[in-house]
Amino acid sequence: MATQDLRMGAAAPRVALLYNPRFRSIITQVVVALALIALIAWFVDNTITNLRRANIASGFGFLYSRAGFDISFSLIPYTNDSTYLRAIAVGTLNTILVAVMGIVTATIIGFIVGVGRLSRNWLIRAISTVYVETFRNIPPLLVIFFWYFGVISALPTVRDSIALPFGSFLNSRGFFFPKVIWGEGAWLIPVAFIVAIALVLFVRSRAKARQEATGQRFPVVWTSIALLIGLPLLAFFVSGMPATLDFPKKSVFNLTGGMTLAPELLSLYLALSFYTASFIAEIVRAGIRGVSKGQTEAAYALGLRPRSALNLVVVPQAMRIAIPPLASQYLNLTKNSSLAIAIGFPDLVAIGGTTLNQTGQSVEVVVLWLVIYLAISLVTSAFMNWFNARVALVER
Amino acid sequence: MQEHDLSYVRVEMVNAQAAPASERGAGHWLRTNLFATPLDSVLTLIALLIVSYYLPSVINWMLINAQWTGTDRTFCATTAQGGGIQPEGWSGACWAFVGAKFQQFMFGRYPVDERWRVYLVAVLFVALLTPLLIPRVPKKTLNAILFFVAFPIVAYFLLLGGHFGLRYVETALWGGLMVTLVLSFVGMVVSLPLGVILALGRRSKMPVVKLLSVIFIETIRGVPLITVLFMASVMLPLFLPPGTSFDKFLRALVGFSLFASAYMAEVIRGGLQAIPKGQGEGADSLGLSYWQKMGLIVMPQALKLVIPGIVNTFIGLFKDTSLVYIIGMFDLLGIVRQNFSDASWASPQTPMTGLIFAGLVFWVFCFGMSRYSMFMERRLDTGYRR
Repeated sequence: MATQDLRMGAAAPRVALLYNPRFRSIITQVVVALALIALIAWFVDNTITNLRRANIASGFGFLYSRAGFDISFSLIPYTNDSTYLRAIAVGTLNTILVAVMGIVTATIIGFIVGVGRLSRNWLIRAISTVYVETFRNIPPLLVIFFWYFGVISALPTVRDSIALPFGSFLNSRGFFFPKVIWGEGAWLIPVAFIVAIALVLFVRSRAKARQEATGQRFPVVWTSIALLIGLPLLAFFVSGMPATLDFPKKSVFNLTGGMTLAPELLSLYLALSFYTASFIAEIVRAGIRGVSKGQTEAAYALGLRPRSALNLVVVPQAMRIAIPPLASQYLNLTKNSSLAIAIGFPDLVAIGGTTLNQTGQSVEVVVLWLVIYLAISLVTSAFMNWFNARVALVER
Repeated sequence: MQEHDLSYVRVEMVNAQAAPASERGAGHWLRTNLFATPLDSVLTLIALLIVSYYLPSVINWMLINAQWTGTDRTFCATTAQGGGIQPEGWSGACWAFVGAKFQQFMFGRYPVDERWRVYLVAVLFVALLTPLLIPRVPKKTLNAILFFVAFPIVAYFLLLGGHFGLRYVETALWGGLMVTLVLSFVGMVVSLPLGVILALGRRSKMPVVKLLSVIFIETIRGVPLITVLFMASVMLPLFLPPGTSFDKFLRALVGFSLFASAYMAEVIRGGLQAIPKGQGEGADSLGLSYWQKMGLIVMPQALKLVIPGIVNTFIGLFKDTSLVYIIGMFDLLGIVRQNFSDASWASPQTPMTGLIFAGLVFWVFCFGMSRYSMFMERRLDTGYRR
């Protein structure tokens, strides 16, 4: 009989090995892997030959030798006698500093502008739209140049510094502000702050438990604010006010004393904040518009006041939409901070570049860049994922 | 008692009345849009104050006080700054600087008598791109092949020269807007096919292929473009056999294209995920091979879905071209920046003027692209409405 045997459990039809999907898949993968290994081997071989010709020893040993260059801005003690390792650490910390400052400011500006774009007020809406459309459509590097060459270097010279409140000054050499010098017993203040945070968490959980049990509410927000400000303040007075302010003083050619935000740091920080804020504004707007109107109406129907409706119904749902793109904007800001090199702020890329030029250890420096940036990205996205999971929709 | 007939039927229609005075005209618009609530009024007043304080000075600086003509820095500097004609305390845009440097901002140091080649490429570019962007124009496939395959080859021979009796113009002479456009165009043309391959690789069932794609995409996306450019400019020469010399511009192109591919791959992957599984299974049941399935069934649908995403990625890439300045090439922003230190034009007004000019050019390109992407989004959206 010429009929085919279609019973279950019949032996699989015999096909040529060439047409067997599993076999083909394995062959493809082996070929791809071999090709890649061959390419890498060729690269490595060439690199070794090239390095030998240039008399460069490979390996990370160079990190422990003397760097010999100066760094204009550093959070940890650094001299030109320090090692390359320390220089890289300075650069990493500077990158993180700019990123954190930028993220905080960009989020604040972005929220204000994003809400402004949804305002009923025509003027506010128009200003916000102009802001977003301007900054979204020009390169971040141009914004940095704008602040650096256009604004800050056009500020008055030291002699005619603009005096600002709290004894601070603004001039073309940067922003000068009083420095706090902590005396003995100052450690009590951060301790008090930590205690305050712990108390706030405790009060919050107790208040929630009480509301769920009895329906009575407790003014958590005001208590928290009072605790967070009050306890450190109390510690400050108890320990005998161990802080003095060192004001910047004008002399003929320069301002002495106090603390300075150098023009490079200031322009980078302002540029990144303003640039990223325009993207965050759009994310916030999309988030709020993404919550359907029925949600607000249902909240009103339940008798919630407009403010509670906003806080308890709209914002939690808007956050859910906004957080994943917000996380990628934070990562973009961190990566854009590498543009610091264009105006000479010593961030990770700038210091790595100097190291690379001095030592010729290009492979090692590039590996360091990759590892550090990937680590920063991973930590940021891990944090945002955790935050996202907290606000995510819990479905039953 | 008298009976009243209370029924009443109107015979004539009442004439249409104008809206009440409070509901129309400028007064109504002002009330609803600017002074709806006390808080709104306060906000409006504050915003008005800020605008009326800054806007006149901006207009003054850009147009009224601006210096439009001139041959060197003395036209844009006050006497105290070593200039001639401007009064003390003058501040205005120095458009004369942009006018004098305009050719350089567009072409860099490209030889003057060879610039017709750049113009020709620009004309070809516009002539091929315009019909591609207008959805109604037919023959999209031919157009796309001409634009993405034939045009780059023609442009390569025209711009670089060295063949067919054209003078060789080394890339070190290229600069200005021309470099910005060449970089972003090459970035796009290379990143689309590479992005498709990487996206397919990332969704592949073969673990080795998938792993390699993921490593490539995530590594490139995890680091800033500058490090990728540094890698391309420092490591590429190391990777190749000793003695291979490698054009600096080409190195930047390689770095930039790889960077663009990683981002493009993620956009395309988004499109692939949106295509229902049944489409692929349908193709399998028809007996199509993997490449037929992807090329004829899945990719056309996926790519169409992500056109707005592709345009948005492209806007980002266009802005990112300005970073090649850092590895020593002069795109539009780079050449503007370089001219700040030109001694014959250096004045306090020059940097701001140059930056505003560069900003305007970038803005026009990016804004145009984003509007186009919105237009496509609306157009493609209607296809799914029944």
